[in-house]
Amino acid sequence: MSRPTPLRGVHEALGATLTDFAGWLMPLRYGSESAEHNAVRHAAGLFDLSHMGEIFVTGSQAGEALDHALVGYVSALEPGRARYTMIVDSRGGVLDDLIVYRLADEEFMVVANASNYPRVAAELTERAGDFDAVVDDRSERYALVAVQGPRSREILGELTEADLDGLKYYAGLPSTVAGREALVARTGYTGEDGFELFVAAEDAEPLWAALTKAGEPYGLLPAGLSARDTLRLEAGMPLYGNELSSDLTPFDAGLGRVVRFDKPGDFVGRAALEPLKEVPPARRLVGLIATGRRVPRHGYPVVLSEDGSVVGEVTSGAPSQSLGRPIAMAYVDNDLSTGLAVDIRGSREPVEVVELPFYRRKK
Amino acid sequence: MSNIPEDLHYTKEHEWISGIDDGLTLTVGITAYAAEALGDVVYVQVPEVGSTVAAGDAVGEVESTKSVSDIFAPVSGEIVEVNEAVVDDPSLVNSDSYGDGWLFRVRLEGDPEDLLSPEEYAALTSGES
Repeated sequence: MSRPTPLRGVHEALGATLTDFAGWLMPLRYGSESAEHNAVRHAAGLFDLSHMGEIFVTGSQAGEALDHALVGYVSALEPGRARYTMIVDSRGGVLDDLIVYRLADEEFMVVANASNYPRVAAELTERAGDFDAVVDDRSERYALVAVQGPRSREILGELTEADLDGLKYYAGLPSTVAGREALVARTGYTGEDGFELFVAAEDAEPLWAALTKAGEPYGLLPAGLSARDTLRLEAGMPLYGNELSSDLTPFDAGLGRVVRFDKPGDFVGRAALEPLKEVPPARRLVGLIATGRRVPRHGYPVVLSEDGSVVGEVTSGAPSQSLGRPIAMAYVDNDLSTGLAVDIRGSREPVEVVELPFYRRKK
Repeated sequence: MSNIPEDLHYTKEHEWISGIDDGLTLTVGITAYAAEALGDVVYVQVPEVGSTVAAGDAVGEVESTKSVSDIFAPVSGEIVEVNEAVVDDPSLVNSDSYGDGWLFRVRLEGDPEDLLSPEEYAALTSGES
């Protein structure tokens, strides 16, 4: 049985199609997922992301503990700033990708994926054992609501006194939204400007209602996981379980930049990752644009057009609203960039290889 | 509750068939229930005009943002016409499932089997939803 989020009643009242995602009962779409996708690109979308995990790490050595536990240089973060990072195992395999917020000198919030956060919390607890730091998984107590899209700044501005213009990308500050305490972060997973609002579970419904009302004149639509997936794919952002897994290192995923060998002290995975720094992986993550209309999907083989030999695998694929053609991310043998096709249920459909992302917003 | 017109026949594969009672050429589409379950349809592949199909054959596919499904021939016969408009604009499957979103026409050979009445199809879909 899937676990509902605190906003289940809202989703049902909106007539959402609900789906199981990582053990959670989540809205897949409310109406047309294409309309939801386009609303986020051109106006704004409202997302329930309460399935994500919020793990707090506090104490005089909280920063050092996270430097040891994660691949990022967490202790170098200024309070109020956030960073995209990863947790790896001793072989360097990615256990999850994370955003870490430094809330105060001795307080950090680690946001982990729904499918992984119990494991992440357990790993952090173990890895922080030798430090003056306490790991507390507060995922059950938090709801996460995101407002994403070019109008999100104006919409949120109707409901808070927080200095949103002073809030940079990848920054977060405690404030009040619609009269409720919230951590307001300028982060997201859509490729647009936007905000993520961490609130107490019981405040989720009134916050959602206030945002819906404030957003109406701006064209805000509630948006489900289907739109979230096509938005992040266009933005070239990896999804754990698709582009990332424990069989891949950050270098395999083309994200070696998140591994900070320049930080002091040892960290879990350093010995395994250090030699990989200079070695190009056998396959690289690329973007594919299909020339036809059939969609390359997760798990489909990437092949040579000429003879059909397998040279890679699609990790995510979807029809792209912004490009008007099907797009995909795939791991492909390093030296190849032309003459490729995807085997779509037995027929070779030609694809063009492009650098990621597919879509970049105009600043 | 999805719209299930009274004057059509249905299949367990969520297709509708019109013309059973009044002629040999049948029109086939997918039901509003199926279109709603698929989400926004982005690609439709229809069979070739002139091809001969047997009931139960996979003769095409319908692809949405999140999934792809086969289209099955609900009866045996010859494909006599396909809806080029739905190939150009697959969203017709969502916006007008029983009208402009039709998929193909087939000249019936033999007797149709295993088709569902509107009542039977309503019972099938209420069990699934």
